[in-house]
Amino acid sequence: MSAVVAEHDDHHADEHHDHGPAKGLLRWIITTNHKDIGTLYLLFALAMFFVGGAMAMVIRAELFEPGLQFVDPAFFNSMTTMHALVMVFGAVMPAFVGLANWQIPMMIGAPDMALPRMNNMSFWLLVAGVLLLASTLLMETGAPNAGWTFYPPLVLQPITVGKALPFAVFAVHLLGISSIMGAINIIATIFNMRAPSMKMMDMPLFVWTWLITAFLLIAVMPVFAGAVTMLLTDKFFHTSFFNAAGGGDPVLYQHIFWFFGHPEVYIMILPTFGVASTIIPVFARKPLFGYSSMVWATGSIAFFSFIVWAHHMFTVGMPMAGELYFMYATMIIAVPTGVKVFNWTATMWKGAMTFETPMLFSIAFVVLFTMGGLTGLMMALAPLDFQYHDTYFIVAHFHYTLVPASIFILMAAGYFWLPKWTGNMYNEKIGQLHFWLSAISVNILFFPQHFLGLAGMPRRIPDYAIQFADWNMVSSIGGFIFGLSQLLFLYIVIDTIRGGTGEKVTAEVWEGSSNHSLEWTLPSPVPYHTWTTPPAVVPTEHVLDSH
Amino acid sequence: MSEEDVSKKNTKLARILLLVAVGMFGFGYALVPIYDVLCEWKWIERDRPDDIKKAPEVAYKVDMSREITIEFMTTLNESTPMEFRSEKKQLKVHPGEYHTVNYYAENKTDKVMIARAIASFSPAVISSFFEKIQCFCFDEQTFKPREAKTMPMRFVINPELPEQYKTITLSYTFFDNTEKSVKK
Amino acid sequence: MNKIKKLSVGVTLMTIGQQAAHADYALNLMQGVTKVSHDIYDLHMLILWICVFIGVGVFGTMFYSIYHHRKSKGHEAAQFHENTTVEIIWTIIPTLILIGMAIPATKTMLELADVQQSDMTIQVTGKQWYWDYKYLNNDIHFESHLDEASEIAHRTKGADPRSVKNYLLEVDKPLVIPVKTKIRFVLTSGDVIHSWWVPDLGWKKDANPGFINEAWTSVDKAGTYRGQCTELCGRDHGFMPIVVIAMEQPDYDAWVKKTSEQQKQKPDLSNQSHDQLVAHGKSVYLKNCVGCHQIEGTGVTGLIPAITASPKVTGGIDPLIGFLQAGTSKMPAFSKLKDNELAEVITYIRNDLGNKVGDEIQPDKITPVYDDDNDEDDKNKVAP
Repeated sequence: MSAVVAEHDDHHADEHHDHGPAKGLLRWIITTNHKDIGTLYLLFALAMFFVGGAMAMVIRAELFEPGLQFVDPAFFNSMTTMHALVMVFGAVMPAFVGLANWQIPMMIGAPDMALPRMNNMSFWLLVAGVLLLASTLLMETGAPNAGWTFYPPLVLQPITVGKALPFAVFAVHLLGISSIMGAINIIATIFNMRAPSMKMMDMPLFVWTWLITAFLLIAVMPVFAGAVTMLLTDKFFHTSFFNAAGGGDPVLYQHIFWFFGHPEVYIMILPTFGVASTIIPVFARKPLFGYSSMVWATGSIAFFSFIVWAHHMFTVGMPMAGELYFMYATMIIAVPTGVKVFNWTATMWKGAMTFETPMLFSIAFVVLFTMGGLTGLMMALAPLDFQYHDTYFIVAHFHYTLVPASIFILMAAGYFWLPKWTGNMYNEKIGQLHFWLSAISVNILFFPQHFLGLAGMPRRIPDYAIQFADWNMVSSIGGFIFGLSQLLFLYIVIDTIRGGTGEKVTAEVWEGSSNHSLEWTLPSPVPYHTWTTPPAVVPTEHVLDSH
Repeated sequence: MSEEDVSKKNTKLARILLLVAVGMFGFGYALVPIYDVLCEWKWIERDRPDDIKKAPEVAYKVDMSREITIEFMTTLNESTPMEFRSEKKQLKVHPGEYHTVNYYAENKTDKVMIARAIASFSPAVISSFFEKIQCFCFDEQTFKPREAKTMPMRFVINPELPEQYKTITLSYTFFDNTEKSVKK
Repeated sequence: MNKIKKLSVGVTLMTIGQQAAHADYALNLMQGVTKVSHDIYDLHMLILWICVFIGVGVFGTMFYSIYHHRKSKGHEAAQFHENTTVEIIWTIIPTLILIGMAIPATKTMLELADVQQSDMTIQVTGKQWYWDYKYLNNDIHFESHLDEASEIAHRTKGADPRSVKNYLLEVDKPLVIPVKTKIRFVLTSGDVIHSWWVPDLGWKKDANPGFINEAWTSVDKAGTYRGQCTELCGRDHGFMPIVVIAMEQPDYDAWVKKTSEQQKQKPDLSNQSHDQLVAHGKSVYLKNCVGCHQIEGTGVTGLIPAITASPKVTGGIDPLIGFLQAGTSKMPAFSKLKDNELAEVITYIRNDLGNKVGDEIQPDKITPVYDDDNDEDDKNKVAP
């Protein structure tokens, strides 16, 4: 309801929207401007990327050698739990919301997001949620340490998770409300605020993928909120949703969690596809290959994400019919995902490619994401998952689909759009250095984890048998290089905001980019208010036959 | 389209989507009964404690042509200071035959204990063919301080049990529910 | 440039990999020692090669394009943006490949699930943090804990894990099974969810509290096979290994005979010297208490009380016995401990871990005293 009230106030504010930003710090707190809020989201995500990354460094340091050197096992478990939560809910998701805030209105010719006040609120709820979650780190009994999946009965056990559970649950509620508000905003913006001349099938793919992602968010974040609420009542109010003694079933939690969890992983990857589909055509100087099949593939991946969840649970003891169904359904996802990879390859084919940093990151994304996808196909086969499940093979798989995929594409997006947003060019040399260091070290970090998993190393263990020592050391070294390399990105972002190379960029920034989407027809740096009158003509990159 | 119209459209859409989100929160809870229903489907079958109902004693035609080995498995959940075992570990029966197996349980503390035995079958489909006429698992069991009980479990295997099942396991896990029961 | 760097990284990694393969390292899935594990291995290799083939095809095309279709080489961009024929082909071919994969996968799956017609059944119960094995055919029942050398090494700062044989993969009492026998496992848990995995057997299966799961194996070759718990189950999840020893039938029969006899023996309740009690008590402590109360008896701040200087430990012996046997809502009951083990561990915790009461209790003096009114934790357990 508060959203509705806010909306009326906004209408009032909108009438004076040709004034500039408020002065000082207050600007950032009360802002309802989509570009300001986008910036807030992106900077917050960047900060959380380093917080989550620091936790990963603790994990890799402990695993550098066999034996326990630095942390105790419970703290190690807190680190794996918090690393996942911070990276998923604090870094990757907010970063994509930040990109959506900046780009969607500019790409569809809208003056702002549909519900600007709600936009501000969803950002600050995100901050509150993450702070609440982080506060558990300061507790005497430590942060949650039952894994980001919060499986009962472990997460309910007094000797495992101390006082952190209710804090983590309320943090999830806040993050959920924030995401849902953000998603509602994005859907309303895309449906109602497009330039009159832009049809749905004219929208850039980034807008399409975000539209579909927003629906996923609305559908599954409440389910997650429900699941953790059940945990809370099981622990404090004597309900027995997941307690066998009271007629419940701990496996039920896993079903509810993964009903959220599987779409959740696509929430992190679909906008990634969108950005890649935006960047690759620009540097190939060709229209995107198979625009409509890309849209359909995204839609079908999203649809399938709802009916494959139990492939995370093959070893939990499901009936045969269930195991086979979830195996077949999961395998089908390889088809639309394959279509996407083939389309990107075909977009590059016979192009006139140049390899600036955003393109390098995008190419690395296509290659390394495909590798993650192929190992995903391997573990979709239930009998193979009986070996792979909960080993480092899985850890390698999902990090390949998240780090050199989502994170690389977020970096690519930074390099791609920062010049547009700031009007300054980043330092291409440092950008390329950042790329090569990241691309090489990410493979040193995660590739050996395939070997570890196949050789029998379970995940989420703080210490391991001697035969796993060498690859763990290699992986840790890769991790440290990767972690340090990201400081270059931090430097570049700050440097570009403060003037970069000093070279002022053109409106197009990248040669021919204005054929692909609307934001490149605006001046660089983009003014505080854009498209107060909608553009008359929109580029329709998939229909270029007339050119 | 005027700005006001867009604003109205936005509000309307936001309301609908908010309702969808609230509905999905409800759907999360609805998954609990949905799961129960799915678990009762023959081809899915996962035994749930709530399903365990007392069956009436029916005279089945005993199927002498096959013999089924039943294994009895007992487990104590973590802080349950009890002794708990079945009188027999294994029993060979013909479908349709009535049998009684005694379970022995002892409260090893000087306090009243309320415990609940949770049954589980392997393979899970068995639960719809394993009919209990008398069982300590129907209710919570109250043990006086140091009380030892011999608790009979009378059952029959429905002769409709598919041919392929030759060995089945019935597991009971005792959970100490004293704290919960007292607070209720 | 891109390609060359990638290649050189690949070559370096492969060289390291090959050297490693010469040591006793595995880079690939192990073939295992059962028919199912072999089938899974074959399926794994098949899918792996299909994936490599797809990867080479896609990346080959991409890198060809990256090399030739670049602006610096003066390549003019074509402007095509769809081709229905190609799009149909690359939807249908993957679908066919997937169907080809699904058939052997389904077969293996059905094989894995075929637990009927087994020769014997073993109950596996996961507990924090050890495994409990019960042979349903012959009454053998024992717990399998991480062995003492690993237990001490991983809990001691500065200890060298490399000096410990089979570090973290050794147990005090391994699970013994006969070869070429179809063994059915029924798995459950006594607390949280665990998962029982021995890679050489080809599968893992979760152990859920209150529910049972089943699985089976039939080992072809005598030998020792090691595995670990694979479901996060709390602080010592990494320290509950599994060791399975597969024996030829006669050896197995001898083992059963010996173990059953040992099990029938009454515990030795004869008096021990103070030092013996403390020494034996340490073993009992390392098996049963160390996971929570830690090796120096410090407990865990805010979660688990310390043993050092705990009035409950250093106070009266009788209430302490009752406390250990009955447990509380937070501490599991240790009614499973025999009188001699209780005497040993009580003497140990009263005279080590920073405590110095100076007394001892002999096994035959253990009398069950369950009531303990001083215990706060216990108060909410009292029935009305």
